[in-house]
Amino acid sequence: MIWALLKRDLAKFFPFAGGGGAALPLLFFLSVAMLYPFAVGPKPELLAQTGGGVIWIAALLAAILPLERLVASDMELGVFDQLKMRGVTEEAVVAVRLAAHWISFGPMLILASFPAAALLNLDGPTLEILLLGLLAGTPGLAAAGLMIAALTASLRGGAALSGLLLIPLCLPILIFGAGSLARGETASLGFVAAISLLLVAITPFAAGAAIKAAREG
Amino acid sequence: MQGASITAKQLACRRGDRLLFSKVDFALRSGDALHIQGANGIGKSSLLRILAGLLTPFAGNAEHAGDIALLDERPGLDLDQPLGKALGFWQNVDGCKDVSDAQEALDLEALLDVPVRYLSTGQRKRAAMASILNRGANIWLLDEPLSGLDTAAQAKFAGLISKHIAGGGICVLASHQPVEVPGLQTLELQEFVPQDAGEDAA
Repeated sequence: MIWALLKRDLAKFFPFAGGGGAALPLLFFLSVAMLYPFAVGPKPELLAQTGGGVIWIAALLAAILPLERLVASDMELGVFDQLKMRGVTEEAVVAVRLAAHWISFGPMLILASFPAAALLNLDGPTLEILLLGLLAGTPGLAAAGLMIAALTASLRGGAALSGLLLIPLCLPILIFGAGSLARGETASLGFVAAISLLLVAITPFAAGAAIKAAREG
Repeated sequence: MQGASITAKQLACRRGDRLLFSKVDFALRSGDALHIQGANGIGKSSLLRILAGLLTPFAGNAEHAGDIALLDERPGLDLDQPLGKALGFWQNVDGCKDVSDAQEALDLEALLDVPVRYLSTGQRKRAAMASILNRGANIWLLDEPLSGLDTAAQAKFAGLISKHIAGGGICVLASHQPVEVPGLQTLELQEFVPQDAGEDAA
């Protein structure tokens, strides 16, 4: 049962696998890295100094793009109702979806960071810290996004609102993640991982409760 | 399927400020079928969703023994997927091995490659019904099963419901059309609407 769910979610969210739109966050992320040197000029020192922060901002903004597809469409289709009739709890559905969402989002961004780092003239040690940071931070971005998507799924114009809500919630991840780059150390990535863990732990319950509340509407 | 039952005890439903109905009582056992009748907006769908456990009643409770399957406007079939795959997901969830019976009974073979998005209302309803058959639940809750169906499909649905009842299942359906099922009991929801509804229910 859980496998069937995971398979369906992955088919839906994995870039280039499902319908159009799943690859959009990845392309958006790469375009930001591509456009930045054009906007600020090609000075290598400037790019190397600010590039890591730009990648973090691009990752956060890329996390907003898939929010609309995460919960609202399945709520509309009645998927959550039909799963509930079969005894699958909302918490389990959300936990599976979180896994599928991160798999389709986190590793892709981490891979895309290599070409992005080349475009922004980041050196090896910086890239290493960046990759570790994204590895620690993307689960948190995915979890916060899923939670917000569930909370706003039953609202009119929820998609626009969810983007605005995600930014403050992910601010700590950005501060510690990008901050580690500025200082050139990995110690603060522990905070990023801790925040991610917390978000991953509460998301199934928070998003599950949101889906139940929307049903009672 | 013997031993299945579904009971409503003093059920009341409130949506917003309005008390839709109250004190709905019935008990159904294996082989029973109930037709819930009433005008639009009277709360037929809400009653079915309460019975399904998807909505909390304002008062009273609903109990059941056996599996419940619900057919409504939103059967959870992916719009982008071909029908075969969309149904396939629920077959996997239900662990249903043999699906040919349901597809044959509802004339779906020719539609399996068509994306759900392009199916007509009646075709989608038939697909949703196939999903109910694959599920193999004892208790069927059917919300407007006949709407959008042609006469042939309506007769087919009535046949499937009769067969389900004869096999010891239970069926509760809400429909504006008459349904040709032997031994069908009726429940007129209008009789359970509070007289002062809308005035001081809040």
